[in-house]
Amino acid sequence: MTTTTVHAPATGRPAPRAQTRRAPRRIRVLTFDDWMSLGGSLLSSLALVVVVYEHLVDGSGTLGFLVVWYLTFLAIYAGVVAMSNPRPIVVDRLVTTALWAISGVVVFALSTTLVYTLARGWQAFTHLNFFTRTMAGVSPTAPLTQGGILHAIVGTFIEVGIAVLISVPLGIGTAVYMAETAGRGPRFVRTVVEAMTALPEILAGLFVYALLIIHGFPKSGMAAAIAMAVTMTPIVARAGEVSLRVVPGGLREASYALGASRFRTVRKVVLPSAKAGLATATILGVARGVGETAVVLIASGASTFMAINPVKNPMNSLPLFIFTAVKTGEPLQIQRAFGAASVLLAIVLALFVAARVFSRDKAGNR
Amino acid sequence: MAITVPEPSPPRPAPQPRRVEPGLEPSDRWFQAGSTAIGWSVLVITGAVGVFLGVQSVPTLRHYGLNFFTTVEWNPQFDRIGIAAVLLGTVEVAFVAMVVAFPLALGFALFISDYAPRWAKGWLVSAIDLMAAVPSIIYGLWGFYLLKPHAINLSRWLSQHFGWFPLFHVNTDPNAAVWQQSQYTSSAFIAGLAVSMMAIPLACAVMRAVFDQAPIGEREAALALGGTRWGVIRKVVLPFGKGGIIGGSMLALGRALGETAAVAIILSPAYLLSPRILQSGAQTTSALIAGNFGSATRSQLSALLTAGFVLFLITLAVNSTAAFVISRSRSGASTEI
Amino acid sequence: MTGGVSVLTRSTGPEVARDLIVGAAAGEPARLDAVEISAWFNGTQVLDDVSLSMPPATVTALIGPSGCGKSTFLRILNRMHESVPGAELAGEVRLNGVDVYTAGSRVTDTRKRIGMVFQKPNPFPAMSIAQNVTAGLELTGKRISKSDRAALIEDCLVRAGLWTEVKDRLDRPGSALSGGQQQRLCIARSLAVGPEVLLMDEPCSALDPTSTRRIEETISELKSEITIVIVTHNMQQAARVSEQTAFFLAEAGQPGAIVEAGTTDQIFNSPVDPRTADYVHGRFG
Repeated sequence: MTTTTVHAPATGRPAPRAQTRRAPRRIRVLTFDDWMSLGGSLLSSLALVVVVYEHLVDGSGTLGFLVVWYLTFLAIYAGVVAMSNPRPIVVDRLVTTALWAISGVVVFALSTTLVYTLARGWQAFTHLNFFTRTMAGVSPTAPLTQGGILHAIVGTFIEVGIAVLISVPLGIGTAVYMAETAGRGPRFVRTVVEAMTALPEILAGLFVYALLIIHGFPKSGMAAAIAMAVTMTPIVARAGEVSLRVVPGGLREASYALGASRFRTVRKVVLPSAKAGLATATILGVARGVGETAVVLIASGASTFMAINPVKNPMNSLPLFIFTAVKTGEPLQIQRAFGAASVLLAIVLALFVAARVFSRDKAGNR
Repeated sequence: MAITVPEPSPPRPAPQPRRVEPGLEPSDRWFQAGSTAIGWSVLVITGAVGVFLGVQSVPTLRHYGLNFFTTVEWNPQFDRIGIAAVLLGTVEVAFVAMVVAFPLALGFALFISDYAPRWAKGWLVSAIDLMAAVPSIIYGLWGFYLLKPHAINLSRWLSQHFGWFPLFHVNTDPNAAVWQQSQYTSSAFIAGLAVSMMAIPLACAVMRAVFDQAPIGEREAALALGGTRWGVIRKVVLPFGKGGIIGGSMLALGRALGETAAVAIILSPAYLLSPRILQSGAQTTSALIAGNFGSATRSQLSALLTAGFVLFLITLAVNSTAAFVISRSRSGASTEI
Repeated sequence: MTGGVSVLTRSTGPEVARDLIVGAAAGEPARLDAVEISAWFNGTQVLDDVSLSMPPATVTALIGPSGCGKSTFLRILNRMHESVPGAELAGEVRLNGVDVYTAGSRVTDTRKRIGMVFQKPNPFPAMSIAQNVTAGLELTGKRISKSDRAALIEDCLVRAGLWTEVKDRLDRPGSALSGGQQQRLCIARSLAVGPEVLLMDEPCSALDPTSTRRIEETISELKSEITIVIVTHNMQQAARVSEQTAFFLAEAGQPGAIVEAGTTDQIFNSPVDPRTADYVHGRFG
């Protein structure tokens, strides 16, 4: 047994240890052999498939090739790894490659949606008139130098704006009710509200149509906004309640102990603490509203001209414009559709970034 | 000093709790009343959707009876309408979407929580959340313009080699030198693929949030026993995350069932009861409503509302089950979805 | 290096099970040597040049105030340290003379030979008691026949001191036990894998005195077959169970290091360094 001691100098105070200058060592989990196995399997399976593909399967393009290559690679790699590793490690490696492949597919597919939209919309929104003009009087076959989506952009903003004015107070008020009140009532409300967050938007549109429009309410931006509010309110309420709930109970107790009333506690302590979460809840609701197509289709209808007054006239919105443009089948109109889609993406991205920014508190924590 | 044992006192009655008056301030009374009013009015408004749809379906159901659910055609002029084909189409599209989305979402969620390099993880989580917020019409465009050519080839390949299976059969000769593309273009299969793109981020976000909460003590125990990363996932993460996996998938299913815009773009409406998902022509409930409400008379509108009510009930059932499963599981208690 | 599992066609009881789990590495408790270990977390050094020899079939106690790196040192011994993002280390850990951190050695092999019991009992809640005991076998891919499995479960639970209490309810979930029972279950689970060294990170700190006593008895019974290293805050416990003790200390703002190590008797009764004397006599800590 080794005994290690630091000898105390005569003064009785131990001498401070000189700090050793040592660098951390690199711990490599995968060895050279592992990387070679991986690379070798990839290459050999590629070679094999290249040679055999044409004859084995009626090569119907890249997709088939990639799938066959991947399966061959798995088989070869499994064999190679099994030669020098026990079974749990072989299974672990195979699962790792499978998960990397799945993730690659998902990331690829999702990013192609974004890239494709921007790529095909590019031509449309290089024209300034795209943003400054409407489609009033412009036929779908007109060249891109004519017409634009101003009416759709404005429509989206007005409709979503009204919907926000309705749904945010109602939603946050409901959130406060659910989070701050005890008893069976709030729990029942919560169950219903939760179920409503998943309401398909078309049903909300149908609801407004059959309830209001049939009885004379005009098909208008207002009607669409109301329908949007019906879908947005439960989302804001739900997410808002979650943010209120995570406010620590200790804060509320401290406020009560100082003699504050319920109302004042909520107003001065709970809501400010949950400010970030409530902002995020609002933005989530807005992102949902911005993207709704069927609602505007049913409750408003696609117009080609600019409408500022939401109460009287149908108002177009970006998603609805895209939908109707695609349905026309005209190539130029389709390009406009992609341009509008790019604008829509930009709006959603901006909302998303805003949500991220708001969800940090002053100290920069989430 | 002598110690005296005190006399036992006469038995007292057992203590009873007393009523405590809350003594609220006036502002609190208003606050209580006000927030209750708001909460309940929101309940009423949102609940009214379901009630309204239900009430409006009564005339239709009275007129057609149960035939409404078994009739295949949608022929308003001849007074023969039913949602049998439409319901099947809805199920077919949702089925394709979930079959594709479930493994991809699960795999990606596991990847993000356990395999992704530290610097990448934050980005991936944000990316998934962003994709869940992207409007469905954009996925519709993607599906219709970008995916369709490739999906048509895939459909043809499937019908060539697996055409004996009713699901993959198509009423045309896939081996012909000039094969009929149009038979494959507007199918439930392609619509389902587009819908799966919306389902994946939703399911993945829920699953990932749940996997990240798997208790680190159990993870370390599995590691300390000599388990590999997959062993830890198998024994700790997946059992823990069962509720989130099921719940997240059902939420995604709920979205798939109600999806309108993308499906309306891709599908060409056809009212038949056929399992042939690869073949052009199908219809879902929401696309039916979107396509027909404009030209609908009063009675036809009632029929559409009835179809909407059925859709409402289905999505309500799916989403309520999802919420229930999530809240009851170990992982669900602190999940916010 | 991985012990083969000898397959028998008929089990004849706990002795046979022990042969199974101990395997071709012959159940010899191993010698563990830590050589000049340093450790960092996100660039901050937390251990500086720690060396310690832990001879076979002995119990070594690591004592010292909180935060001086005892647990970090322990986790370096079975390569759990590196699973924390931002963690780095220097030095070697030699199991029977061979460094476990050699490039190319599998981390799962090291953990099979050096087991760990944690401060907070962590049985797998989704598994029954019996399944918990054999969880390590499943995780490491060891096959075992049904009859041998039952014998193995009984043997490990006996050695962990839990058998009599749970033998009638082996199918109940592993989480439905008291804290002390859960910890003994975790010990049984670690034993089933057949390690040569067992590391225990304050195993009794969350437990009641009766459970603590039972676990200390288990440690005494086990030590002839397994080398044990135990981190403990409880000095009386260290004095009771260990043959050798190392005293860790981190001066203000400095990384932790071993101030003094030697036989338990010497450390507690005649420490050389005044800081050791101060600590064992309760003047700080």
